Amino acid sequence: MLLIPCPYCGERAEIEFRSGGEAHIARPAAPESRSDAAWRDYLFIRTSPKGVHFERWNHAHGCQRWFNVARDTVTDEILAVYRMGDTPPETVR
Amino acid sequence: MQRYSIFSLARNAFTGHKNWQEQWRSPEPQPAYDIVIIGAGGHGLGTAYYLAARHGIRNVAVLEKGWLGGGNTGRNTTIIRSNYLYDESARLYDHSVKLWEGLSQELNYNVMFSQRGVMMLAHNVHDVQVLKRHIYAHRLNGVDNEWLTPQQAKTFCPPLSIDKKARYPVMGAALQRRGGTARHDAVAWGYARGADARGVDIIQNCAVTGIRTERGRVVGVETTKGFIRAKKVGVVTAGHTSHVMAMAGLRMPLESVPLQALVSEPVKPVFPCVVMSNTVHAYISQSDKGELVIGAGTDQYVSYSQRGGMQILEHTLEAILELFPIFSRMSMLRQWGGIVDVTPDRSPIIGKTPIDGLYVNCGWGTGGFKATPGSAHTFAHTLANGEPHPINAPFTLDRFETGRLIDEAAAAAVAH
Repeated sequence: MLLIPCPYCGERAEIEFRSGGEAHIARPAAPESRSDAAWRDYLFIRTSPKGVHFERWNHAHGCQRWFNVARDTVTDEILAVYRMGDTPPETVR
Repeated sequence: MQRYSIFSLARNAFTGHKNWQEQWRSPEPQPAYDIVIIGAGGHGLGTAYYLAARHGIRNVAVLEKGWLGGGNTGRNTTIIRSNYLYDESARLYDHSVKLWEGLSQELNYNVMFSQRGVMMLAHNVHDVQVLKRHIYAHRLNGVDNEWLTPQQAKTFCPPLSIDKKARYPVMGAALQRRGGTARHDAVAWGYARGADARGVDIIQNCAVTGIRTERGRVVGVETTKGFIRAKKVGVVTAGHTSHVMAMAGLRMPLESVPLQALVSEPVKPVFPCVVMSNTVHAYISQSDKGELVIGAGTDQYVSYSQRGGMQILEHTLEAILELFPIFSRMSMLRQWGGIVDVTPDRSPIIGKTPIDGLYVNCGWGTGGFKATPGSAHTFAHTLANGEPHPINAPFTLDRFETGRLIDEAAAAAVAH
């Protein structure tokens, strides 16, 4: 089980959190003019990297706030935690 | 190929079992092949077997970064069934069950396919309605499935608790009698032996490090044993598909997550069938070796760690003990995780890619073992002809663009 450092509450067990999947996937602007391929990329295509993954987590059974995590998917080590809307820290990019 | 039979067994017994041939060669790669398959799991080896046996294409190599059958093929809970809701899925998975039924004879290799029945439990009114709907849909598709009362379920599987006071009492069950289990390693070994005997090169300890393309067409693969030229390349790498396809510059509608399973200490035969429950999320059977084989759920996040979280196991074992209090004092022997590639609609992708000559068979998620023969058979057809078999034609990569999904996420009669 992961020990996740919520930026608002500190380290808590993974069972308090809900994974929100890959981060930094923006909903297409002007949806009516977007192609099917653009919608596919937004809805379905995921990086699923073997290495650093940028992902969203929600502290569902705590403060209920969303935040971003950079995690190594091979070791499951959490490399950085940063707030929604922020870009990943230089050290893990 | 040395054929196996009671006579060859007796003959070899007289010579102290010293004259058995190796089941497959360990060749060095040739500089070029007609078809290169990446990944020597059940699906990849099966594809090579059917290419050679059904399509006469023998200039084929299967590349494996580890040892054959060492990934999810050797890690799964070996459940075989075809009780999927949608027509496309029912056709694909039942095609597989039909191939399973003759597989030991076809391969001259005992895959220990045992049609002991797969029983899915209903614990509430919604479950009852859903399972009955499934049973009717399956029958329309020629897939056997029948409804059992709690007492009939108990008779079919005596260790089951049908106590009305249970938190999730059993209100009935759907039983597919043609479902069951098989010996997972034997499937990989049997296909490997059959493919090798027909001239396929199975190259282990050979990791693919790149996929080379020229003008939108695949020309070969870079490996740790050098460049191997190929007219066609089939990627059959399960949980590593996103990683491998990225070598060709393609991004996939997949997420790779750990899926766990565990086995108990071996005991005498006590559990005659496979039982699954979606509501409490547990599935269990007993191997011929005597271990209880228990499947747990996936972790909620992308990971290649092959471990899985303890809380997932705890949740599964709680559910098992709710249904089978008899097992409360069993010791668990081993636990492990495998990495499964999950698609958004929980149906596989078997077919072409935007790159000419590059084909992919992936997205089997948490339930690929049951489909091994059908997947391999239709994928071999697709590779050989350049066009899909009618059975795998709906399972395209571009369905995520056209929107023609096969949404088994809610319909597969299995918890996700």
